[in-house]
Amino acid sequence: MYAQMVQSEASTDDPEKLAAFQARIDAGEKIEPKDWMPAGYRKTLIRQIGQHAHSEIVGQLPEGNWITRAPTLERKAILLAKVQDEAGHGLYLYCAAETLGVSRDELTEMLLDGRMKYSSIFNYPTLNWADMGAVGWLVDGAAIMNQVPLQRTSFGPYSRAMIRVCKEESFHARQGFDAIRKMATGTPAQKKMAQDAVNRLWFPALMMFGPSDADSVHSTQSMAWKIKMNTNDELRQKFVDQTVPQIEYLGLDLPDEGIKWNEERGHYDYSDPDWSEFFDVIKGNGPCNTDRLAARNKAWKDGQWVRDGLLAHARKKAVKKIAAE
Amino acid sequence: MKNEWPLWEIFIRGQHGMSHRHVGSLHAPDAEMAIKNARDVYTRRNEGVSIWVVEANHIAASSPSDKGPLYEPSESKVYRHPTFFDIPDEVGAM
Ligand SMILES: [Fe+2]
Ligand SMILES: [Fe+2]
Ligand SMILES: [Fe+2]
Repeated sequence: MYAQMVQSEASTDDPEKLAAFQARIDAGEKIEPKDWMPAGYRKTLIRQIGQHAHSEIVGQLPEGNWITRAPTLERKAILLAKVQDEAGHGLYLYCAAETLGVSRDELTEMLLDGRMKYSSIFNYPTLNWADMGAVGWLVDGAAIMNQVPLQRTSFGPYSRAMIRVCKEESFHARQGFDAIRKMATGTPAQKKMAQDAVNRLWFPALMMFGPSDADSVHSTQSMAWKIKMNTNDELRQKFVDQTVPQIEYLGLDLPDEGIKWNEERGHYDYSDPDWSEFFDVIKGNGPCNTDRLAARNKAWKDGQWVRDGLLAHARKKAVKKIAAE
Repeated sequence: MKNEWPLWEIFIRGQHGMSHRHVGSLHAPDAEMAIKNARDVYTRRNEGVSIWVVEANHIAASSPSDKGPLYEPSESKVYRHPTFFDIPDEVGAM
């Protein structure tokens, strides 16, 4: 998912207030920005929503990489629309985080200097057009698994942002599936590219859900607060169960020899991703970490004069308007 | 906050004849840009026929702790609802 290993903060607030707050959440009430909330709830949410927002923004880079090289004008227009949606997703989420008392610039700066993270998946490269199909289908598909239940999260602005995001996500997954289906049913060379993309992106997609439940220490509090709705393994299993038949439908080989239907569990068994690779990518050593952060820093720096110029213009206009009144 | 663009709250009329509804917020240097950005961010799929933008710090809001004093008085006034009154069936629709 787009927010991985979000450390949840313990609360040191007044126990009576905490209990009343928990009762509201248990009753299914939404918490709104001006309501009282535990300091830990606020902090954890800023971290989680911020990381989610950063993922949407950084996630534009691997796909933006192929916009100018899309195979047809139609595919180009579709990809452009998809990437534009992701900018919107980032924006909805930043706004939700801002209601908790952090500013947009603060969030941006924390991304740019590495204090805040984004999803590990966007530190993998997109090598060719088949990856555009695989990313939409698998990466957005995995994100949807997490975002659909988050529509019911306890924090009102986050929940509303997720509802907007989810409305747009099925377009993302479908356009990806459509693109890879075209290749999987195309020439032998195209089919080979489709297979290669699935092979490369399968395990990184599984990593999106975060470490296995046995190793994920931050879940309990976040789940009680309803800012995490399912465990990592639950969502990962759901993704595998949904995706395996789709891979088979495409006539592609399964990317993991460990995938096997388990009659007893009623789920597919699968192999764990290489968790040491995951932790390494999180630490900053993935194939594209440096590129991604450099690209975001450059965009921020290069845009400074535009932001300053527009603000100066707006202030000048405001002064003139007052003078004329 | 050094030079951060102000925050605008965005309201969109979804269809003719409906009220504007709050859909979210965004940063923009001025109202004109806020409307342009709102078009790109909140109406990419025909979600609206009209946009209002209001600078967030111009919105005054009731405080959550006023919930009791503000809304309780109406709770006891059940006669404000049409269902309070029994109208005999013979009278017909009313
Ligand atoms: Fe997204
Ligand atoms: Fe995405
Ligand atoms: Fe998406």
